[in-house]
Amino acid sequence: MNSRLTEFIFKYGSLLVIGLVIIFFSFWDEHFFTYDNLASILRSISITAFVAIGVTFSLSVDGFDLSVGSTVSMVIAFSTALMVWYEMPLAVVIIGSLLVGAAVGLINSLLIVRVRIPDLLATLAMMYVVSGLQQIFTKGNSVYSNMVMPDGSSAPGSISPAFLWLGQGELLGMPVPVVMMVLAFILVFIFFKYTRTGRQMEMTGGNEEAARLSGVRVKRIRTAAYVLSGLFAAVGGLLFAARTGSGQSGAGAPILMEAVAAVFVGYSVLGAGRPNIVGTFFGAVLIGVLLNGLTMMNVPYYSNDFIKGGVLVLALAITFIHLNRRKA
Amino acid sequence: MEQQLARLKLAGVRKSFSGVPALLGVDLELRGGEIHALLGANGAGKSTLIKILSGAYSADEGIIELDEQRVRIGSPKEAKALGIHCVYQEVDTALVPRLSVAENIMLDRHSAAGGSIWVDWKQLHREAAETLKRLGADIPLHKPAGDLTLAEKQLVLIARLLTEQARFVVLDEPTAPLSLEETERLFRVMEGLRQDGIGVVFITHRLPEVFRLCSQVTVMRDGSRIWTKSVEETDADDVALAMLGRRFEDEYPKLEAEISDVLLDVKGLRSGSRVNGVDLQVRKGEITAVVGLVGAGKTELSRAIFGADAVTDGSVSVAGRRIKASQPADAVRGGIVLVPEERRRQGIIASDNVLRNLTLPTLRKLTRGGLLSRKREESSATGIIERLGIKTSGLGQMVSTLSGGNQQKVSIGKWVPTDASVYLFDEPTKGVDIGAKSDIFRVIGSLAQQGKAVLYLTCEFQEAIGIADRILVMYDGAIVREFQRGEVSQEELLIHASGGRGGVA
Repeated sequence: MNSRLTEFIFKYGSLLVIGLVIIFFSFWDEHFFTYDNLASILRSISITAFVAIGVTFSLSVDGFDLSVGSTVSMVIAFSTALMVWYEMPLAVVIIGSLLVGAAVGLINSLLIVRVRIPDLLATLAMMYVVSGLQQIFTKGNSVYSNMVMPDGSSAPGSISPAFLWLGQGELLGMPVPVVMMVLAFILVFIFFKYTRTGRQMEMTGGNEEAARLSGVRVKRIRTAAYVLSGLFAAVGGLLFAARTGSGQSGAGAPILMEAVAAVFVGYSVLGAGRPNIVGTFFGAVLIGVLLNGLTMMNVPYYSNDFIKGGVLVLALAITFIHLNRRKA
Repeated sequence: MEQQLARLKLAGVRKSFSGVPALLGVDLELRGGEIHALLGANGAGKSTLIKILSGAYSADEGIIELDEQRVRIGSPKEAKALGIHCVYQEVDTALVPRLSVAENIMLDRHSAAGGSIWVDWKQLHREAAETLKRLGADIPLHKPAGDLTLAEKQLVLIARLLTEQARFVVLDEPTAPLSLEETERLFRVMEGLRQDGIGVVFITHRLPEVFRLCSQVTVMRDGSRIWTKSVEETDADDVALAMLGRRFEDEYPKLEAEISDVLLDVKGLRSGSRVNGVDLQVRKGEITAVVGLVGAGKTELSRAIFGADAVTDGSVSVAGRRIKASQPADAVRGGIVLVPEERRRQGIIASDNVLRNLTLPTLRKLTRGGLLSRKREESSATGIIERLGIKTSGLGQMVSTLSGGNQQKVSIGKWVPTDASVYLFDEPTKGVDIGAKSDIFRVIGSLAQQGKAVLYLTCEFQEAIGIADRILVMYDGAIVREFQRGEVSQEELLIHASGGRGGVA
């Protein structure tokens, strides 16, 4: 293949695909390109997007965090249970949930940075530990307002309306989670582009030993990346719970692959060849648009995994063909 | 065993790598029942030559004869079939760490074509035990090879080649990582091989070993064989002169700098197995060189001072203030910086651009209101590029696409805007072209003029003589001699760096 063509595909291919997919669905169904539907797409990707931002942090230091899906599940169960079982105020629910996410990240980083377990293995193990804890915590049940407890009584609390507003409300004519997502992307963009810590994360990911010998405290930087990964996964969990208004057991698991796919699609946006926050945004959009459009085309929900997997394989292939070529 | 002693002859062997000649027509004659030392400075062509012997490379030109018969050695397998074996320095690459000692010894035999697909464990262990006994080595047969010491691993590899009909054995710097006792044991094994009629080629940097063990000595330099003599005909000075060649013309003029108070003070420093109690001082404006052969512990010394490796004992102070560096960031904060030996792996982030590499250590200074200022970053990087003469198409160029010399300038330049007062350079001219070399010497000289303390670690003696105010000789993890500028010749340095005339440092 012509190398200029591959260069072009690598740089603009994924943006082109997003454009084509949107145009295709717009012609297929006139409801697709309406404000309501686009808002609903953005709302649906906001959860994945937060988790994908977390994955971007761990990948930026050349690590990996497989436990984010379980963290989402854990936070969904934890936040709803705090309200339904213990009638906790909103502030406690939110701060507690964020602490849970940060704690998972901290444990991950201890295992990876101090105990030196390879990142994939450490977070794979933690994925099961956290998911298992969530199931023990809820005894395998889902949590919902005034649910029936194992002893036959009904739970004292309910999901507060203020909490539900986070997932279902509107702000300035836009869904609240979409506003939060846009803000998060802007802040993280600034973090990577204009802060010392963000730069040090990328340089650590580029060559950890050289960064260390340049005076970067790489252990601290990698720890920060995993904690941020856990924190953003926790926000994803909060939005998920607020959107559905209940705490479904194990609901976060499928989000892992969506988020990872979004980040890897992002590798190829504008030819970055590495994790980057702008790419992650477009990756999340592509996956959201695809899933939404395919649902409109009545493609059954059970083929979603296949489609997500296919997109991931394609994005990885484009990225690695390009990277290997550049190295050669 | 062979009844008649084998003879291996090389004539006019040439080899170049993408146009750069490594061997310029080498003749060499090896005989069974002899230990033959192959000597030469780094880059003299020893490694290329033995790789041709062992089939890892094939020669561009030249003839190889075994017992008067012309042979072709196209692969390591063909070399082994002829009875030519090589034990490289990197013993781990030749061992399977999870397999037992016995299995490792019998590995070649069992992977040979035509063998049975079944493993006869009894026979395997018996043969392995016999071979080890022949070497006089006491290594448990069932131990996984990965748990052995380096010396034991070497013995396992030697045992492996004895299971086949070895006629010539090349040992590539086997003694460099060994302790004294381990070295003695290896010498006994080598002597045993010799008595069995095997021809041993022994590569070493330690001259006393040569005169103790070998009967023939060949010296190489710049891709040619200088001479081959029997040990009786030569001595350490003769060998050193042949290895170094003509005297070094002072191509790199030394910049004069004013030398004053002590800046770097290292006391009793210990780290790992290669830094065994080092004391040294470097003054303001002074360039102090630490010279030593490969394996003397120079790199480990620089990493210990910089906090990159754990320090087990001793202290490092800068301007009288003790620096406790548990990681390089602490050393940098204390005013010590390092330009490491492995540039691509340690000195630069090759996958990133020139700007971001050059500003990495000084990001804190380049922020405005907590955020990085693009303008400040650019002006800082541009200043470095001008000062060091880095040839780049722009700040956005990937460092991986720069030439070796310019990469090295990036690795040095990133430190220039820091307030560091002590600069450690570990082999900064390795793999660098002549033009960049003189730029690098100029930068080091001007750092000294600015009142920095420079510690220059190198195995290139003429560089040390040319650039340093004071030269410390390192051998086996310790500083063994100190010379003032103009006080010492390359030959003398080499002799001290190889363990001295008497055989003991």
